[in-house]
Amino acid sequence: MLHNLSIGALADLLATKKISSVELTRHFLARIEAFNPKLNALVTQTAELALQAAAAADSRRAAGEDSLLLGIPLIHKDIFCTDGVRTSCGSRMLDNFIAPYDATVVERLKAAGTVMLGKANMDEFAMGSSNETSYYGPVKNPWDTSKVPGGSSGGSAAATAARLTPVATGTDTGGSIRQPAALTGITGIKPTYGRVSRYGMIAFASSLDQAGVFARSAEDAAIVLQAMAGFDPKDSTSVDAPVPDYGAALDLPLAGLKIGLLKEFFEGLEGRNTALIEEALRVYRALGAKTVDVSLPHLPLSVPTYYVVAPAECSSNLSRFDGVRYGYRCEQPKDLMDLYQRSRGEGFGAEVKRRIMTGTYVLSAGYFDAYYLKAQKVRQLITDEFRSAFAKVDLLLGPTTPTPAFAIGAKIDDPVTMYLNDIYTIGANLAGLPGLSMPCGFIDGLPMGLQLIGPHFSEDRILGAAHRFQQQTDWHNCAPRGYDS
Amino acid sequence: MSLTRQEVEKIAHLARLSITAQEMPVYVASLSSIVNFVADLSKVDTGTVPPMAHPLVGQRQRLRPDTVTEDDQHEKYQANAPSVQAGLYVVPRVIE
Repeated sequence: MLHNLSIGALADLLATKKISSVELTRHFLARIEAFNPKLNALVTQTAELALQAAAAADSRRAAGEDSLLLGIPLIHKDIFCTDGVRTSCGSRMLDNFIAPYDATVVERLKAAGTVMLGKANMDEFAMGSSNETSYYGPVKNPWDTSKVPGGSSGGSAAATAARLTPVATGTDTGGSIRQPAALTGITGIKPTYGRVSRYGMIAFASSLDQAGVFARSAEDAAIVLQAMAGFDPKDSTSVDAPVPDYGAALDLPLAGLKIGLLKEFFEGLEGRNTALIEEALRVYRALGAKTVDVSLPHLPLSVPTYYVVAPAECSSNLSRFDGVRYGYRCEQPKDLMDLYQRSRGEGFGAEVKRRIMTGTYVLSAGYFDAYYLKAQKVRQLITDEFRSAFAKVDLLLGPTTPTPAFAIGAKIDDPVTMYLNDIYTIGANLAGLPGLSMPCGFIDGLPMGLQLIGPHFSEDRILGAAHRFQQQTDWHNCAPRGYDS
Repeated sequence: MSLTRQEVEKIAHLARLSITAQEMPVYVASLSSIVNFVADLSKVDTGTVPPMAHPLVGQRQRLRPDTVTEDDQHEKYQANAPSVQAGLYVVPRVIE
């Protein structure tokens, strides 16, 4: 079936005129129609725009153009501004917001000829690890609809896992690509801080946010990342450095590759999770990789560090939502202060308000040094420890999450328990490192993720290591029942 | 350590958030548990480590020439505004 094919296979069908982009787009739109009511993975469907874009891609092919992404459908996380299309960020605050321009990621993927099928559901303002904080209701995990898909990019992950799209975009501030990729059995990459432009991507925590990709293989992720990555003068954090050829890096041999095993990742890890990672290590050793034990003593402090830094930045970034220039405004404000307070109080959901208040507290007079400055010092220690580790090893390997997908409702009333779900992913964000999650087996019938973290700008090496693993294993081809045929 | 209701009310005011009477006890409890959770950081000896300024070594904020690069698109942008008159954003009267 078309929805199980890789981008390369679909591009072949398009290039040899066995199928048109319009036909391919109709196929995925029909799947969205059939499955989205059950999964709630998309908050906006753009069928008409998609068919127009597909027809345009077909014309470009007819005129002799040929590239891998020309005519390939995708879904954008609803955090990316899309000109003329509602961009809600999963919030009542932006329920009525029609973006007046395209994010650079959207613009580049449009120029490459991709066809946007719609916008993906997400945790409100990307604050959440379960996709339960969305104003539009939770996304369901296609492997078991009583379970969460992870978050915050839960809609992108669920849609890609359910084969409603070949690929989707996402963002990762503390694990929001890797964790949902793990919980839905797909591949997700968070690039190096500054690798992909964040222009037009609604800001959460600006020293941590980065855009990335969900796909069903490292090979497909490499193709999409290639089109997204690179310098953008419109983003002041964008790094002006050449982008390597990710496709060419996929088949590099792994002989001699030094894989670091973080002591802190394996302490206390559940036995069945450890066993899946041991099994993956056997595959890597057979490919010629060596393993080296390493330790980052301050890594266990990643989560508390993050939950000072991220809310602090969020409280500052979200101060722009004032009920005046765009977004939600309360009814009948009695004065300007009432307008601000009620527009924000009614427009933001519970978790967003909790983070804004946490951030306001740690930045307030008398607490700034004890919380915010202290957290930034611990962050520096963690970053220095990663740097020392990468002097000894090429990549770090470990679990993406402590457990498989949990039940909807299980953790939503206990923020600290929910925050601990990101224990293995947050370190890479604090240090600005690229990380990838890919499926490596199952626990209780639910997919589990294996995480690779590399030094800055090592996306090529990470994607290559993931691709070699996927050549030897079949976990990435496993589809949730009912979605593969 | 736990936060008092008065402290949470002050934080909500600083953040310009209206919090209902029903919501307030939930925030007092959850913000207290978060503050306790992050309190572990105070036990770390950070010595002379500087607070981190940027994840990438040597990376600085870029500057650009101070020239106009955008067209005037105020009508398009203000189409999203809750209330506009004559190109101006309308808010409740501030000065009596």
